[in-house]
Amino acid sequence: MNIVKRRIILRFPPQSGDKPLSYVLVKDYDIRINILKAEVMPGKRGSLLLEMEARQSNLDKGIAYLEAHNVECQPLDKRIQFNSDKCISCGNCTAVCFAGALTMNQVTWKMEFNKELCVACELCVKACPLRLFDIDFRDGN
Amino acid sequence: MAKEKSYQEINEKIKKGEAVVLTAEEVAQLAKTCTPEEIVEKVDVVTTATFGAMCSSGVFINFGHADPPIRMEKIRLNGVPAYGGLAAVDTYLGATSVNSNNPEYGGAHVMQELIEGKDIILEAWGKGTDCYPRKHIRTVINKNTINEMILFNPRNAYQNYNVAVNTTSKIKYTYMGTLLPNMRNATYSTAGELSPLINDPEFKTIGVGTRIFIGGTTGYVAWPGTQFHTTKPKDENGVPITNAATLAVIGNMKEMSSAFLQAAYYEKYGVSLFVGIGIPIPVLNVEIAKRVSINNSQITTTVLDYGSPGQPKLGYVTYEQLRSGEIEVNGQKVRTAPVASLAKARTIAALLKEMIEKGDFLLQEPIQMFPTGTSLKGLAEIEITE
Ligand code: SF4
Ligand code: SF4
Repeated sequence: MNIVKRRIILRFPPQSGDKPLSYVLVKDYDIRINILKAEVMPGKRGSLLLEMEARQSNLDKGIAYLEAHNVECQPLDKRIQFNSDKCISCGNCTAVCFAGALTMNQVTWKMEFNKELCVACELCVKACPLRLFDIDFRDGN
Repeated sequence: MAKEKSYQEINEKIKKGEAVVLTAEEVAQLAKTCTPEEIVEKVDVVTTATFGAMCSSGVFINFGHADPPIRMEKIRLNGVPAYGGLAAVDTYLGATSVNSNNPEYGGAHVMQELIEGKDIILEAWGKGTDCYPRKHIRTVINKNTINEMILFNPRNAYQNYNVAVNTTSKIKYTYMGTLLPNMRNATYSTAGELSPLINDPEFKTIGVGTRIFIGGTTGYVAWPGTQFHTTKPKDENGVPITNAATLAVIGNMKEMSSAFLQAAYYEKYGVSLFVGIGIPIPVLNVEIAKRVSINNSQITTTVLDYGSPGQPKLGYVTYEQLRSGEIEVNGQKVRTAPVASLAKARTIAALLKEMIEKGDFLLQEPIQMFPTGTSLKGLAEIEITE
């Protein structure tokens, strides 16, 4: 069976805060979810950054279910762009990356970016004094 | 009788291609199995280096005279203000000066673009005088059209520097990087055992006139740097445990490379310039051999709270601890990150080593030693009655 992992930003309309959407995703569609970041304010639009892991067909159904409930779903796979050629390995970005995507190699002291671990928190965008990170809002997949 | 070597002897060896040169990291390794006496015998020169953001940097430029000539009193380079209080077509452009329409672009960026051979828009104004009748000029310059560009940095290469943390509940954007709330990170900037002024803490070989690697070319130590402080607390190895002495350095910016001079912008702080400096230390005697043998576990620095007024002191750590990725502050484990490039500093130390080995770089004995017993003054606010 083909299990896929996707990072998706969900944007909720203001009145949907109390619907047990994630419960449905887990129970009805067998999607494993991991909440990477949540910004939910009662009565306002909220957003969630989720990592979803499931069979492709179930994932598609889950997303269709969310969209049917007015939740915007934006895939996130290509979100942070890194211009590695110009990197001077100063380390500033590693200070803020708690996902462990940006680390200093303990032998060479060069900065290493492991895209797989990125949770798109965006802290590195402002932390890099050379401005080498960009947020890319194009849909990834 | 312990061995003593002179600059002349070492330079003769360099010219013959016989000098033994190690980087400060290599000599710190060697010192684990060799005594200082053996190191004086074996090693002639130790190369040290640093590559970090050094805000107190800038460049003197002479633009050449236009026809009719102008006495430039207000000067903009790509919109960045340069000093207009020097004779007609001389200026000093500071790295931290910024374009008011785009505060993320400043003197450091203009410097980098000049080095890279890019065109820069020069706009200048003067009141018009009998000998300099012109009042305004707007033109394009680049490194080939101007007469001189002389890098002169009044305060570089800090001897040791603090570790920054933030104990408050708000994120702080500083020149020490982004400091997360509640001490969720700690940043440090010194190259530890590779850092120039840590390997010669009492300035026995570094002084006015010392030949150095700066920004990709050969330059000189011009003077003790501003805020030159030699009486800060020291550890048992005689190395200051916080930021202390500094260097004023000079070099021909036309010969420099943006691989070693890099503009930077720090969020909510401003523009700065990463400067690459390499300094050779001649191993003249046992005392100097001992100094250059120092390793990261023997170098201590102070942890300061950059989030609170007065930056209270929170403790001490060694560079070995900082490099391990985690330190302990007030009983809390804090993740560490550098904010200066050790990888680049290593490149510089290795390059300088190669230049000396090949006979392309001779050592210059200081023509004047640095002062001792210096400290800092604050700035008093005195009421002015008119
Ligand atoms: S966006 Fe966040 S998680 Fe991703 S690399 Fe940057 S700091 Fe790390
Ligand atoms: S902050 Fe920027 S330049 Fe420094 S290591 Fe990270 S990506 Fe490279």
